Amino acid sequence: MCQIRRAMDLRFTDEQDEFRSEARAWLEENVPTKANGRGPLPSLDTAVGFEAHRAWEATMYDARWSVVSWPKEFGGRGVGLMEWLIFEEEYYRAGAPTRVSQNGIFLLAPTLFEFGTPEQQARFLPSMASAEKIWCQGWSEPDAGSDLAAIRSGAELRGSGHDGPGTWVLNGQKTWCSRGAFADWVFGLFRTDPEAQRHRGLTYFLVPMDAPGVTVRPIAQLDGETGFAEVFFEDVEVPEAQVLGTVNQGWSVAMATAGSERGLSLRSPARYTEAGRRLLSLYRRRAAADPVAAGRVADDVARAVIDAEAYKLHTYWTATRVLDGAGVGPEASMNKVFWSETDLALHEAALALLGAEGELLDQDGSPGQWLDGFLFALAGPIYAGTNEIQRNVVAERVLGLPRA
Amino acid sequence: MHFAFDERQLEFRSQLRALTDKTCTPADIRQAWSSEQGWSYARWAILADMGVVGLTVPETYGGLGFGLVDLVLLLEEAGRAGLPEPLLETTALGVPALVEASGERAHELRGQWLAKIAAGDTVVAAGSEGMPAVPGAMSAHLLLLERAGELHAVPGESTVRVPRAALDGARRLAEVSWEPSAETLLASGENARSVLASLRHRAAMGTGAELLGVADRLITMTAAYAVDRIQFGVPIGSFQAVKHHLANALIRLEFARPAVYFAAWSLDNADPNAGGHASMAKALASEAATGAARMALQVHGAIGYTWEHDIHLWMKRAWSLAGAWGDARFHRARVLEHLLDQGDPVDQGDPA
Repeated sequence: MCQIRRAMDLRFTDEQDEFRSEARAWLEENVPTKANGRGPLPSLDTAVGFEAHRAWEATMYDARWSVVSWPKEFGGRGVGLMEWLIFEEEYYRAGAPTRVSQNGIFLLAPTLFEFGTPEQQARFLPSMASAEKIWCQGWSEPDAGSDLAAIRSGAELRGSGHDGPGTWVLNGQKTWCSRGAFADWVFGLFRTDPEAQRHRGLTYFLVPMDAPGVTVRPIAQLDGETGFAEVFFEDVEVPEAQVLGTVNQGWSVAMATAGSERGLSLRSPARYTEAGRRLLSLYRRRAAADPVAAGRVADDVARAVIDAEAYKLHTYWTATRVLDGAGVGPEASMNKVFWSETDLALHEAALALLGAEGELLDQDGSPGQWLDGFLFALAGPIYAGTNEIQRNVVAERVLGLPRA
Repeated sequence: MHFAFDERQLEFRSQLRALTDKTCTPADIRQAWSSEQGWSYARWAILADMGVVGLTVPETYGGLGFGLVDLVLLLEEAGRAGLPEPLLETTALGVPALVEASGERAHELRGQWLAKIAAGDTVVAAGSEGMPAVPGAMSAHLLLLERAGELHAVPGESTVRVPRAALDGARRLAEVSWEPSAETLLASGENARSVLASLRHRAAMGTGAELLGVADRLITMTAAYAVDRIQFGVPIGSFQAVKHHLANALIRLEFARPAVYFAAWSLDNADPNAGGHASMAKALASEAATGAARMALQVHGAIGYTWEHDIHLWMKRAWSLAGAWGDARFHRARVLEHLLDQGDPVDQGDPA
């Protein structure tokens, strides 16, 4: 209650400013950039680029910058949510590489902290933080996309109860697994009670990608690179110790992950405010060269930049509520719609400024910066639950409209 | 960083909501709209007793001496209630301008007006040059008016006011003719520039706050209608087309809200970029409210297009306030100017 009595204050504390300076100094020194000859790293979605990104995150881990908000025992600094947001601002400001470990550190980790046993936490978190093990997500199936509860991939328990723990045997197919082409582990949902209806009877499994019976087929994405993959499971044996949460309660475990995916942790606002800064810079240069042409895009530029700021302010608002002890519920679905559309608006405005140059892979002095970003942003309204599904969640669970 | 209201601020909002739930029903709003004055002295007197009217008046003049962070939730609540009384004009615009002015007669004018404002005896309207009509001018006792770079505090009886009928029956706009004099001069020169700039920023933030409340009410009323209204044997709110309209409106509102609160904090703390923050707030809130109004009408269908249904009371306020003190496009252009004035962020030694 004492927190709630505090007056509104949008300044950071001296300690937070100090934390920011420390992060900024380290990033300036270490981020691989063109200027220091160590960057930019090759694309994350190539075998070479994947390893280069893994090495970068190992460097971060060694200096304890890879997972600042985690407890120290797992490789973090034990700092709070606000400090994490500050770190993210500095990370994007420094032009640092996309996190190859993002599905693990931002989605699985919060779920492991909530549902994992101490043994599971000790086993999986440090190697995730150091990028020694990169995780991908195995949820969607060919016939279970927006209708995730239609999952058919299954798991059967063998040999439990008599001579110690049993073994689960997994069969089926997962698809659209981001970074699945090169990942080391997959976290997935499998049907463990074939009699149960839809959301019931699912279990959350942690599976090594090199287990016998796992076959990976990379899928080329819109940009031609293998950013995601299909993963086939044929009699894959998984020990009971690799079930996360309770058997047949996988849906509620997965919804915790989905909350992270849609809510605070996957997409910190820095990603968009930084794109907004670059968009303003592009606008300035274009307006100097051709004020009339740039003027036609001015309102779109302002709108996108304002939305990025609005997302940041909303995040600080939500983070304060979380720190004051409130949970984040179905409102997380509003975040996902807003950040994904803001991301598109930023990149569409940039491409509009670039005009005919927009289709070129080498544009505005750097290879494909805006075009790549645009192609990536296009996926935003689709992954992590389509925006149409999110709008249904908002309408039903926030506004109280009846289910169809 | 603690981006939340304190208990006292939330409690004040609850008190105002309890009052308006009782005394500012749609029937009360309709009565106000059709009355000669456009609003109710009785309700204004209660608001003054509660301390709402004098919230920004310094304690030495009988007010509470609070800031905009204390006021912003009440303005939002006024929008939600469809409050006809000129709370924004009096408490968010008029009072701080009187307080900030440092002209020769400013102190005297404060003595003349502030205590009366806090007591609920005087209501204020404010107009800047170039406005086609001054909101609330018809029934204001004191008008703060701009002329040739000066700000004047003009008693209503010293003006000639020609009413201009408008969409929202409580707005009571007027064309105002008046003669500036040494008697009325509140601020001039650099002080006038800063008082007028601050007035416009408060107007943008404050109107934005009201618009949040208006959008909130439109969404709440429409969600309730979508649950009640049966077509094809089911509530229309079970259809995705209707759900998505409502969800989109709520998302625009929820992301406008912190921007308005931030602008209030920024103005209270004299942040050098407060003007840009106020413009950001107004741009977001205007679109949230006009979007909610379009959505509300569409989901209500023909009944929403009638005078009889209450939804138009809030739709009209959304459309009126969205254009007042600069519309969304105007404020987006202001934001862009502000940001470009701050220099190129990427060229300033950033590694990107």
